[in-house]
Amino acid sequence: MESIAALIFSLLVLGSVVFLLRGKGLREKYAFLWLFVGIACLVLTAIPGMLRSVTSLIGVQVPSNLLFAMGIIFLTGVALHLSWEVSVLEEEARTLSEEAAIGRVRLEELERKVEALSSAVGEAGRTAPSPTAPSPTAPAARTATADWQPQRPAD
Amino acid sequence: MTEVRSKVRFPAATKVLVIMPAWNERACIGNTVREVIGLGRNYDVLVVDDGSEDGTPELAEAAGAHVLRLPFNLGVGGAMRAGFKYAHRMGYDAVVQVDADGQHDPKDIPAVIAGLEHSDISIGARFADKGQYTVSGPRKWAMRLLAAVISRIARTELTDVTSGFRAGNVRAIKQYLKHYPAEYLGDTIDSLVVAIRSGCVVSQTGVEMRPRQGGQPSHNPAKSAIYLVRSMLALLFAMTRGKARTTHESDI
Repeated sequence: MESIAALIFSLLVLGSVVFLLRGKGLREKYAFLWLFVGIACLVLTAIPGMLRSVTSLIGVQVPSNLLFAMGIIFLTGVALHLSWEVSVLEEEARTLSEEAAIGRVRLEELERKVEALSSAVGEAGRTAPSPTAPSPTAPAARTATADWQPQRPAD
Repeated sequence: MTEVRSKVRFPAATKVLVIMPAWNERACIGNTVREVIGLGRNYDVLVVDDGSEDGTPELAEAAGAHVLRLPFNLGVGGAMRAGFKYAHRMGYDAVVQVDADGQHDPKDIPAVIAGLEHSDISIGARFADKGQYTVSGPRKWAMRLLAAVISRIARTELTDVTSGFRAGNVRAIKQYLKHYPAEYLGDTIDSLVVAIRSGCVVSQTGVEMRPRQGGQPSHNPAKSAIYLVRSMLALLFAMTRGKARTTHESDI
C-alpha cells in the first residue's frame, strides 16, 4: 500500500515537472533538478529492495534516515541556489532601473530642447516673413509646433 | 587602466557634478540644491530620487537640479551608482557626493574637490581638525577601527571613512562603476576598500558637519551596537575581495 502511494507521488512530481516545462515556462536549468528527483523517487519505489541495499552499502542503519539526509542536503542546495539567483536578478533589476532613470532624464532634456527649438522656429516664421515670396516651409513648421505635444511618461 | 597618471590630474576648467541621493527629503532638498547652485561655481546638481513618495523630485527640479528618478528604492549605494553612470555618460570630470539633508555644508564642496588635485578620491572628513562632530559608544569604536584598518590599506591617514561627503575624478568614477554595491555600507566602506585595492589614491579634507535640517538622528545604543557588527562584517567582506575585475567599456 505504501509503495503504491510513493509510486503515485513520484509520478505526480515527474508529471508536474513535464507539465510546467512544456507550457508554463519553467526554465530548463531548474527542471533538470526536479526531473532528477522525480526519476530517483520513481526508481526507489519501483524497485522495493533498492533503498535497503543502498542503505546497507553506504553503512547507514535505518533506510529512512538516508532518505531524510539526502532530502535535507538537496533542499539546502536548492535554497542556496535560489538565493544566488535572486541576487543576480536584483542586480539586473538595479541595472535596468539605472538605465530607465538615465533614459528618462535624457528624454526630458531632449523634449525641452526640441520644444525650445520648434517654438523658436515658429517665432521666426511669424516675425520675419519674406516680403516678396512667403516661404512655404514656415507655416508647415508652425503647424508642426502646434500639433506636437511632448509625451510625458505615465507615472 | 589605460590613462596616464600624471602629477596634475585636475585642471581648473573641469565639469563638476554634485550628486545628491535623496529619499523622501521634502523638508530640505530644495534648500540644499539652492545652496549648492548659490555657490556660483557652475556646478551641475544631480538629485538621484531613490523612489521618493513625497514630491522630492519635483521640489529638486524646481530648485534647479537635474533629477534622476529611480523607479523604486535602491538605497544610497544604488542611487549613487546611478549618479556615477549618469556622470560617466555625460562626460563629467569630477563628481561630489553630498547629503540631501543639509548635513554637509555646501561651502565645503570646493575644498573637498580641491583634494582631487593630489588624489582620485577625496573624503570630506568630520573628525579631521575642523568641526565638532562627536559620536560615542560602539559607533565610535566602529568608526575608529574602520578608520585605522582602511588607513593602513590606503597608506595615508584617514579619520572618517564612513563619511558620505566625497569627491572623485574620472578614474574613481570608472572604478565605482565596476564596484559599488547597493548593500548596507557598500557605498562607503566596500566601494572605498576595493577602489584603494584597484589603485585609486585617497586623501581627506576636514569639513564641518551641520545639524540635520530635517529628520531624526539616531543615538540608540542598541542601534550603534548593530552598526558595529554590520560595519565589521562589511569591512571583512570588502577585505576578501580582490581588485575589481575589469569590465568592458560597453558594459558601463
